[in-house]
Amino acid sequence: MTTAGRAGRPELADVSGRGDVPIRIRQVTAEDLLSIGGAAIGSLGLTWIGFERLLPFSGAFGFWLCWYLLFIVFYLAVAGLQWKRLVVQDKTMAVLVSTGGIFASAVVADQLGYSLIKGSTAIRHLNFWTQTMASNGPSSPLSVGGVLHAAVGSLEQLGLASAMSVPLGITAALFLAEVGGRMERPVRTIVNAMTALPSIVAGLLIYALAILALGLPRSGFAASLAIAIVMLPTVTRASEVVLRVVPGTLREASFALGASHWRTVWKVILPTARSGLTTAVVLAMARGIGETAPVLLTAGFTNDMNANPFTGWQATLPTLIINNIEIDGQIPNYVVRAFGAGFALMLIVVVLFAIARIVGGNRPGELSKRQARRLRREAGS
Amino acid sequence: MAVALTPARPAPAEDDAPRLIVSRGSRGDAVFRGILRAAGLSSFVITALILGFLIIRSSWAFRADGLSFFTKQDWVFVNNEFGIGGVLPGTLIIGLIASLIAIPIALATAIFISEYAPGRIRRILIAVIDLMAAIPSIIYGVWGRFFLMPRVIGTMAWISRHISWFPPFRTTIQATSSTYVGSPMIAGMVVSLMAIPIITSLSREVFSQAPQGEREAAYALGSTRWGMVRTVVLPFGRGGTIGACMLGIGRALGETIAVLLIINASFQLNWHVTQSGGYSVASMIAGQWQYASGNQLSALMAAGLVLFTITLIVNSLASIIINRSRSGAATAD
Repeated sequence: MTTAGRAGRPELADVSGRGDVPIRIRQVTAEDLLSIGGAAIGSLGLTWIGFERLLPFSGAFGFWLCWYLLFIVFYLAVAGLQWKRLVVQDKTMAVLVSTGGIFASAVVADQLGYSLIKGSTAIRHLNFWTQTMASNGPSSPLSVGGVLHAAVGSLEQLGLASAMSVPLGITAALFLAEVGGRMERPVRTIVNAMTALPSIVAGLLIYALAILALGLPRSGFAASLAIAIVMLPTVTRASEVVLRVVPGTLREASFALGASHWRTVWKVILPTARSGLTTAVVLAMARGIGETAPVLLTAGFTNDMNANPFTGWQATLPTLIINNIEIDGQIPNYVVRAFGAGFALMLIVVVLFAIARIVGGNRPGELSKRQARRLRREAGS
Repeated sequence: MAVALTPARPAPAEDDAPRLIVSRGSRGDAVFRGILRAAGLSSFVITALILGFLIIRSSWAFRADGLSFFTKQDWVFVNNEFGIGGVLPGTLIIGLIASLIAIPIALATAIFISEYAPGRIRRILIAVIDLMAAIPSIIYGVWGRFFLMPRVIGTMAWISRHISWFPPFRTTIQATSSTYVGSPMIAGMVVSLMAIPIITSLSREVFSQAPQGEREAAYALGSTRWGMVRTVVLPFGRGGTIGACMLGIGRALGETIAVLLIINASFQLNWHVTQSGGYSVASMIAGQWQYASGNQLSALMAAGLVLFTITLIVNSLASIIINRSRSGAATAD
């Protein structure tokens, strides 16, 4: 009989007397590794000769691209010398898809690392994190000034936007998952349609509606309205997917025990979906905090600290970055500060993710190590 | 004596009727359900407000220009010489380039995560892809402008010189050091990085739903791992993957700030993709709004409405394809 596992592992009859030795089907042999390594090194050498010595190509991107393509060619040749066609096909596709995974990781590491490295000269100063740009001019050194005002602005607007969109979004998702009825299809269609709204159009909307038509001032609050419009459909849709996966048996058991509908939702369904909901909310928040264009339209920009989101223009990390690069891009110190702000922005996103993992806990049904230990202890006693 | 037994008469037909079961939920439940309904319907209200306002504000532009809004390639408001004739195809070009780059990479990553990666690496990669989706687009834009662009220009020059038999790769102007800066190709490359995580995470979920029985059947018939993927997983996931790709394309079409930072803005259509110049609707709105007032604002709204419509159509098509497919039924969205 096959045991669990993706490929299945047939248990052997113990003919060898060595005990029950499982066959490892997916084993990476030394031949595999050496083939890959050999092809990589060979293609690297050939690309280097081509680029540096022989041919008039230039540019780092071209170098890596040529190396990758040559690597595939070399690997095909090396594999073709050793194995049959079917095996060559299999191993080559394995190498190709693995490079996809490596590429994705490399991109993320690159984005994080680039901002870190380029902004490192600014980040190192403590004043970067504690001061604002109010009291310096273009030629001030990096030891003066910072992005505190932008960080405060970002967090405040994110907080306001989340306060507006997250409860409404989760409640709407509960409607779709719990109540349903005639309005379920139309509401779901509308929510899916709203995810297609480009964020710049949301910003333009708030600008024209609230600021021009109603005469509200440009403020952090207006920006948080625009961000909330962008976040709401994302929160609703992701939450609905999570809520739908909650097993129906849990809900029915709760009803059978005599709980009312709202008690079931509050005590059974929401706690079960907690980890998925926090992930959905955090992803929406990460999207919201990164919005640049709509915030620029609705909140303006300033170098001063403005902790009141309801009056006055407010800066956020993304608007600081684009302001420094577009408007003052010739001044190296500004560009360095922009990179530092980019790193600060990504730090906030990573922290949000970490909070989601901690607050959300494990998926329903999975126990944390501490819970498993406690269970074992209680069962054994 | 015989007892006269009369057979029992069957009960009259009216008694055999279904009972009406009335379940009166508690007041609390009624209030609760009412709150949920209100929240669900609020999405209608908000959407109606948004759409209504957009349409009203952009009506001037459509009335002033008519259908030539889609064909004119200028942005001058003196004689109503404005139109998105160059900007809209520019959006589509950038979206196309982004898709062509993103789809193979994203699918390879999705296959790797769901089929090839061992347990711990899979969990790490899923977190990495989620992080990649969460990185703000301005970071990608800044990275693209300062890091990627100088390093890619050499390749662009090579492409335009040596693959000039393909018309979009030619350049129409004399090649100087600034010919290849800010081209739609580079913008497309950066935008593809933002589409990849969407396509990957959706496709990965779809692939992991492929039925275990069919997988094992393929192995039992002696196929290699790639053979199993090719014959079981990919056909199963075809609908979901197509839907995922369309959602990625929708993301690419709506990308604002990365394109704005990279592209060398011009309202004329530029289909020589290695050459500098071009625009996309979203980045045009972001770039032009501060000079806009009244009529110009109306034109920007009109452009935004067109973009919204296109993205809406793409997303709706994606939903339909996903829901009708076999994999979509499994991950019923």
